[in-house]
Order: sequence, then C-alpha cells, then structure tokens
Amino acid sequence: MKLKDLPDEELFTRGHTACAGCGAAIAVRNLMKVLGPNTMVVNPACCLLIFGATYPYLAWKVPFHHVAFENTAACATGMSRAMKVLGKDETLIMGIAGDGGTADIGIQALSGAAERNENMLYVMYDNEAYMNTGIQRSGSTPFGAWTTTTPVGKVKAGKSNFKKDMPLIMMAHNVPYVATASVGHIQDFIRKFEKAKSMKGFRYIQVFTPCPTGWRHDTAKTVEIAKLAVDTGMWTLYESENGKVTISKKPKMTPVAEYLKPQGRFRHMSEEDVKSLQDWVMKKWEADEKYAQCRQ
Amino acid sequence: MVSKICTGNYSAAYGSMRSRVRTVAAYPITPQTFIVEHISEFVNNGEMDCEYIEVESEHSAMSACVSASASGVRTFTATSSQGLALMHEILPIASGMRLPVVMAVVNRAIASPINIWVEHNDIMPERDSGWMQVFCDNNQEVLDMVLQAYRIAEDRRVSLPMTVCLDAFILSHTVEPVDLIEQADADRFVPRYKPTGPILDPDDVNAVGVFTPPDYVMECRWQTDKAMRSAVEVIGEVNAAFAKQFGRDHGGLIDPYMVDDADAVLITMGTASSTAHEVVDDMRAEGKKVGLVKLRFWRPYPMTEMRAIAEKVKAVGVFDRAVSFGVGGPSFIEFKSAVFGIDLPVLNFIGGLGGRDVSLADIRYMYDKLLDAAKTGEVRRDVTWVGTRGVSQ
Ligand SMILES: Cc1ncc(C[n+]2csc(CCOP(=O)(O)OP(=O)(O)O)c2C)c(N)n1
Ligand SMILES: [Mg+2]
Repeated sequence: MKLKDLPDEELFTRGHTACAGCGAAIAVRNLMKVLGPNTMVVNPACCLLIFGATYPYLAWKVPFHHVAFENTAACATGMSRAMKVLGKDETLIMGIAGDGGTADIGIQALSGAAERNENMLYVMYDNEAYMNTGIQRSGSTPFGAWTTTTPVGKVKAGKSNFKKDMPLIMMAHNVPYVATASVGHIQDFIRKFEKAKSMKGFRYIQVFTPCPTGWRHDTAKTVEIAKLAVDTGMWTLYESENGKVTISKKPKMTPVAEYLKPQGRFRHMSEEDVKSLQDWVMKKWEADEKYAQCRQ
Repeated sequence: MVSKICTGNYSAAYGSMRSRVRTVAAYPITPQTFIVEHISEFVNNGEMDCEYIEVESEHSAMSACVSASASGVRTFTATSSQGLALMHEILPIASGMRLPVVMAVVNRAIASPINIWVEHNDIMPERDSGWMQVFCDNNQEVLDMVLQAYRIAEDRRVSLPMTVCLDAFILSHTVEPVDLIEQADADRFVPRYKPTGPILDPDDVNAVGVFTPPDYVMECRWQTDKAMRSAVEVIGEVNAAFAKQFGRDHGGLIDPYMVDDADAVLITMGTASSTAHEVVDDMRAEGKKVGLVKLRFWRPYPMTEMRAIAEKVKAVGVFDRAVSFGVGGPSFIEFKSAVFGIDLPVLNFIGGLGGRDVSLADIRYMYDKLLDAAKTGEVRRDVTWVGTRGVSQ
C-alpha cells in the first residue's frame, strides 16, 4: 500500500495529548491505518497510555487494554488465547510498548511469548528512554546521551553503555517475523506492518520514534532526525522473515556527528566520546550486514 | 458418585476442569506443581477443552489470566508462596477490573529462610488485594470450593476474583477419599460463563484498564468495597445451593463447632481446624466446655459472626499460622478489630510456622490457657508462641 492509499479513517484519533512532534504518535496513527479495525491493543504504562487513554477520553477506536508495565506480552498472550477459545482468532492482537517496557522490565514476558510463538504482533516504539517518567535512561538509550539518570556532571556525563540490540535478541528467538522500522521511512514502515499483518504467530517490529521533548530537538525535525539515524547507521532498517534476513536500506555512512548535532541530549559529548560512538556504529553495521549474509 | 482417593492438588485441578475453565496460565512451584501437571494431562488427554499457557513466570500467569478474563473467558491459575509474591502487583488489577479469576493457593512459607512447608504468611500480604479468600480443611472442600468460587466470583453482585487456599503438603500432597463430582452435576451447579461487565471484544469496542485521574478513582474503590460486602450474602446463598445439590454443607464465612454453650473457643484457619476438632471432642468428653470456630473466609471477613460469638463465650483464642512481626497474628488482629468494645479475654497463639507440626497437645495447651482465662476473666499475655524452641514448650 502506498502512503497516499492509507485509509482516511483514523483509528488513533486527533485529540490525544502527545507533545508536538511526538514520533510515537506518528507511528501509532499510521500503523493503525495499516492494521485496520479488526485489531485489539494491549498497552503498558508509558507515554502512549497517558496521551491516548486517560479517562474519560480515549483516542483508540479499537478495543484497548492496559494492565501494568512489564507484562505486555503476557497480557497479549491471554487475549490472543481467549480469542482462540472464542473462535475470533482472525482478530489481530497487538501489544505496543515503549523501549523501557520492552527491552528492560518487559523482556522476560516478551521472551516467553516469543519462545511460545504466541499469535500476536508486538510493537516496540523506541524513543530511547523512559519518557513518561521524565527522561531516564533505558537499555535502549544510546551511548553518550544525556538523560535525567545519566546527567552531565563534573566527573561523568551521559550514558556510558551502548544501546541494547533488541532486534537481534528477537531474531535469536526464531520467530516468524522481526523488523525494524522508522517514522522517517514511512513507505518502508507501511510495507512492514502490512507484512506483519498478513502473517501468523509471533511478530516483532521495533519502530524508531524520536522524542523532541526528551532528545531536546526542534519539534519540526522528528522525521529529519529519524532519517539521519538511518543515514548514519545509528539505526539499521532490516527484517527477518521466517529466518531470512534482508537489509531494507543501506546506510550512507554519514558521520555520526551529523546526527548528534541537532539534539541537545548529545551536546556535551567530547570528541573522544563521539569517536567511540562512531566506532560502535561501524562495527554494528558490519555485524548487521554479515548477519544478513549468513541468514539467507 | 465417583469417590476416589486423591490429593488436594488433584482436587483443585479437577475442580477447574469440572468448572469448564477455558484458559489456564500457570507456573510450577512446590507444593503447587502437581496442579499444573494434572491440568496439563487433562488438556493433553482431551478431557479438558482449555488453552493451557505455559508462561515463563507467575507474574505472566496472572497477567495472562487477567487479560483472558477481560476478554470474556473463564480462567484459572494456581500458585504458592514465592510465586504468589511475584504475582502481587497484578492481584489488585484483577479485582480492580472486577474480573472473576479463580486461583488455588497452596499456602507455603515465604523466604527467608527458604522453606517449602505450610505457613499462611504467603497470603497475608494479599489481604487488601480485593480478592476473596477461602481456607480449606480437607480435599473434598478444596474441590467443592473451586466450583463454588466460580459461582460466587461470577455473581453480578460480586464480580471479584477469589483464591481457594489449601495447606502445603497437609492437603496438597495427602490423599483422602473425595467425591469427584461428575460433569453433568458440575454443569448444573456452575452455569456457563457470562461476563458481568464490559469486555474486550473485536465486535464491541471497549477499553479495559485506562489511566484514571482522581476525579473517578474513589468511586471505583467504593464499588469494590461494596462488592466485597455483597459477597457475604452471595457466599451464604452459594453454600446453601451447594449443600442442597450435593449434600455437603461446608459452612459460610465460618464453620462453628460446639460454640453455643462453650466457655472458651478457638479460631483456626486451614487444617489446624481438623486437629482442633479432635481436641474439642476429647475435652468435651472430659466435661470441658470448649468449642471451635473454623474461620473459612479471610476475605470477606465475618465481622458480624465474630461479634456474635464474642458475645456468647467467656474467652476466645486465635490460632495463627502467620505473624505480623512485632504485633501478633493477622487473624488475631482482625478478630480484635471485629469485636471492638466487647470486653473479654482474647489470646493469640502463633504456631505451625514453616511447616512445624501443630499437635493435639499444642491445641490442648491452648484450650487449657483459654479455660483459665475464661475462669479469671483476666488476660495475662496476649501473644503466645507455641512450640518454639527457647521461647515456649
Ligand atoms: C513496575 C513498574 N515500575 C515502574 C513504573 C513507572 N513507569 C511508568 S512508565 C515508565 C517508563 C516508560 O518508559 P518506556 O517504556 O520507554 O515508554 P515511554 O514513556 O518512553 O514512551 C516507568 C518507569 C511502573 N509503572 N511500573
Ligand atoms: Mg521510551
């Protein structure tokens, strides 16, 4: 489906209270257009819960369920099995959680559901920190980034660890579908959600969703920054379909500094730290490419 | 009637099958493990038409049950001790959403020290979780209460989750003859599941569990409180209906024995009740006026019933297989609050922790102290640890 062919009907409607330029809101609005009305949603504690489902308002036009923070995949499992019991398993069950709810506190339930090949689509919208609680670092926060728990202090500044490679972890579960996507590449995004929708079993898509509030960038630059992440190799677009890995877009290998510049969260970084990040990007891309080659 | 020798764990698993549970999510832990194994066998043998979810933790077990129940399907799970503690976060979510999830809890000591034997300290932190909780005294009661639990929990006036508690090993692993209720009879007693509230349904868009600001939460809490109070009546009705159909009357919130003319009574929970029952018979034969109150429901708590008993007798003892450190047994604390303003000696006995035996002699020792207190009307020491090396006999 082409972007211009997406239905006009909004299943995640206007009136929600996301910040201006919120990448997550862009992702959810568009992915719901692809998935359609026969979808049920499980969503844990995160920004999306608050800006989309604060009583008595609801931006969702499909059944919506919140239980806790770390159990999205377990709740989606319960829903998915219930639909099987009721003979309604044509309904798509989507768990959608942030990077904290996925890569950190929710990884146990996620791994369990993936290993059992539960029939669901699990979406991680990756804004690279705990935004809902006020920008604390997560396992998905990149090296060097300022957050409120990796503050710029006199002896230490920014995150000292590198970003956790969740897509790779999910591919290691040998599930039917794993993909990375980005709000900067909407056509690729639509294609991947369409593919996920057409499949059965456990599917995982991690969407790169810049957060102007937490990343300290201009609210008009969300898409631009998402594109830069792909161009610099900070975010690899690829997919694994029944074990076959395909790179969706080769990075231009634009220097990482270009990506860092417009974002306040990296402003304090020393030349040495920028170089460490650049080295990490080179190695990561090399590894991703090799991985794709050996999973043909 | 099919009578079979079986364990409490089998009773619990069998009860879930006969209640036509359609989704089970559970994780093994000693001494509950046989429940999940039996259910797996029922399912794999085609005897139970159910989605069995082999989750990776108890936290996920309760989460999956909550979401399956919120989707309109009857659910069951079982756990014990550390597993229950891991579920803790999700329990008030089940009751807050007013979901009639039923769970067997095999009561086992909570670490540390790690120990697998009976104690009630595992469930005490769940007192205020909004779950109804019944303590069983034998394996028949376990089976019967699983069936009753669905009728109580799914009643429109209640719509709350419920645990059926059984003592580790003493019931879970001990065989007794049990009338294994047949499917047709179970079907007559437990109606087909009809969700009482809005559910997650692709054909009817609802939201379950949204973020709720202060403007609305007090009313939710009030409704849950009201539901718990309404449960008192429903539990009585369901017990009566069960007694009528199956000829077994387990009692309502409490099951009193020889209380009416007693000078002193002892309140017990779980299997200590059977032991105390025997001691009451022995002591009655000696002409001593002792009685027993088997406290079956911990939530809802029998406020009215306990006051009526306190007004009838001269001294009350409360036996706790749990302790609220520095204060006394939880059941004792609750009883004192229920009988506030009624002047009588109330003694607390703490014992049987970490699976230590509660012997006939232990119980007799409690009754002797109670009869003393009944005579003098005076309370010397509120809380007595029984059978504790270096502390008591
Ligand atoms: C068990 C538990 N721990 C902590 C929290 C507090 N909490 C709520 S949302 C959140 C962070 C969410 O981060 P992420 O998943 O990345 O989503 P985002 O808000 O960034 O969109 C935290 C820590 C919680 N609700 N539950
Ligand atoms: Mg986040």
